[in-house]
Amino acid sequence: MSRFSRRTMIGAGLSAVAGASGLAIAGKLARQHGLIPPDSGGLYGPGETLTYGAQRLLARHSLAREFPREAISAAPWANPTDPPDDLFKRHQAAGFANWTLAVDGLVARPVSLSLAEIKSQPSRSHITMLVCEEGWSYIAEWTGVPLSHILELAGAKPEARHVVYFSQQHGWWDSLDMDEALHPQTLIAHTMNGQSLPVGHGGPLRMRVPKQLGYKNVKFVARLTVTDDIRKFSKGLGSASPEFGYSWYAGI
Amino acid sequence: MADSFWDKGVDSPPTAGVLRHSVAVRISHWLNLLCFLALLVSGVEILISHPRFYWGEAGNVNTKPLFQIPIPSSRAIVPTGYGYVLPDQNGWSRALHFQGAWMLLFLSAAYLGYSFFSGHLKRDLAPRAADLAPGVVMDSIRKHARFDLEEEKRATSYNVLQRLSYLKVLFVLFPLMIWSGLAMSPAFAAAVPAAVAALGGHQSARTIHFFVTISLLLFVLVHVLMVYLTGFRRRLRAMTIGGGSAIEEQA
Repeated sequence: MSRFSRRTMIGAGLSAVAGASGLAIAGKLARQHGLIPPDSGGLYGPGETLTYGAQRLLARHSLAREFPREAISAAPWANPTDPPDDLFKRHQAAGFANWTLAVDGLVARPVSLSLAEIKSQPSRSHITMLVCEEGWSYIAEWTGVPLSHILELAGAKPEARHVVYFSQQHGWWDSLDMDEALHPQTLIAHTMNGQSLPVGHGGPLRMRVPKQLGYKNVKFVARLTVTDDIRKFSKGLGSASPEFGYSWYAGI
Repeated sequence: MADSFWDKGVDSPPTAGVLRHSVAVRISHWLNLLCFLALLVSGVEILISHPRFYWGEAGNVNTKPLFQIPIPSSRAIVPTGYGYVLPDQNGWSRALHFQGAWMLLFLSAAYLGYSFFSGHLKRDLAPRAADLAPGVVMDSIRKHARFDLEEEKRATSYNVLQRLSYLKVLFVLFPLMIWSGLAMSPAFAAAVPAAVAALGGHQSARTIHFFVTISLLLFVLVHVLMVYLTGFRRRLRAMTIGGGSAIEEQA
């Protein structure tokens, strides 16, 4: 047992204390700088946190790659969704004339915008790639209102930390941190490749977040809620995805 | 024994060198295996949700694939020709894949740091100048091809092919794996678009990621086969508890 000398033991003890303090300080700093995702607990929490934190530091202000017009995919694919409910069918039959996007939560002026009002807002277009977590992808041109513009319209308060968005289809919701919500390429998309967004691709309104995977691009968006406490929503994991075993952050 | 990786063993009499890799090499070897298995299993699970491969930027079921792996898929949308759909395991598989990748990244950094500063890299992994002579390399290839491994059973340092294989894994396949993996991430692609372009696009990166996996898998199979053929017990002990003198083992 001579190899475990007193000096070794003291050295190991000091290293352990230094390591634990270092981790605690790193955790506190990371939380202050918004580098901890809502689903940071559990078995895969360390990996989720490292990925989210690293990508926030690396790509916070980066723009998603934009492509030339000739790169647009001839036949974009959309994974099928569950059959729509009766309310959606009535909206569809009416050409979505009565569709609204409600904006509430930590905003000075809660609003409800009709599809026509949304389409009359200043818009932005980008030709970007949609990547599915399954591995496939396509390139299309999306046109919509920057989410930042809608947040400005409603007067999002400075204490806002996340924007939660709900599909009209029950149980389908997600959220973005403010970096992603205010990112210039994050759109409430109403048009795809120059046509009204098809229902198969989430029409009439779809969240379009080109720096994250397809599943963050929730279809049939009907409501936005600005919040300073993402843990108040459902199971507190930031979106429906972690409740099915998928990551809240989908930049990878 | 001066140029070999076997350490002398702290507790052993000075005459009988204990066959044992350094603690750092032994720990990183088994952690590496753990990460590799986690990444392989989760990677296969992710792959079966879309067992089609493309070249270029975009690819989906409406695109002609470069090739398709003839297995059923975990998603009904993929036209595999099989009448059934495998269970969807992507949620935990993706989480495990990225956590395993982070672990492997830290482990590789620690291992490379150790190897550089301890001299392991220069002494045990870098081929000796004399070994790189065409005649020596050809001789080693010939012996391996004939399964003439008597020398290897007594070897106390890596042969030239072994060194080149380890260097290829460390400095070619691992970096390419990390690069092609990151190139598939939409946020990383936004930050470093050249990393995607240099590989030929998003789908090309995915296809390259697959072929590097196959290369690593072949490496592991050959590695295990060679350990088996050149003294499984001795080599396993050297990579775990150590023990057993060279003389005793060779008897």
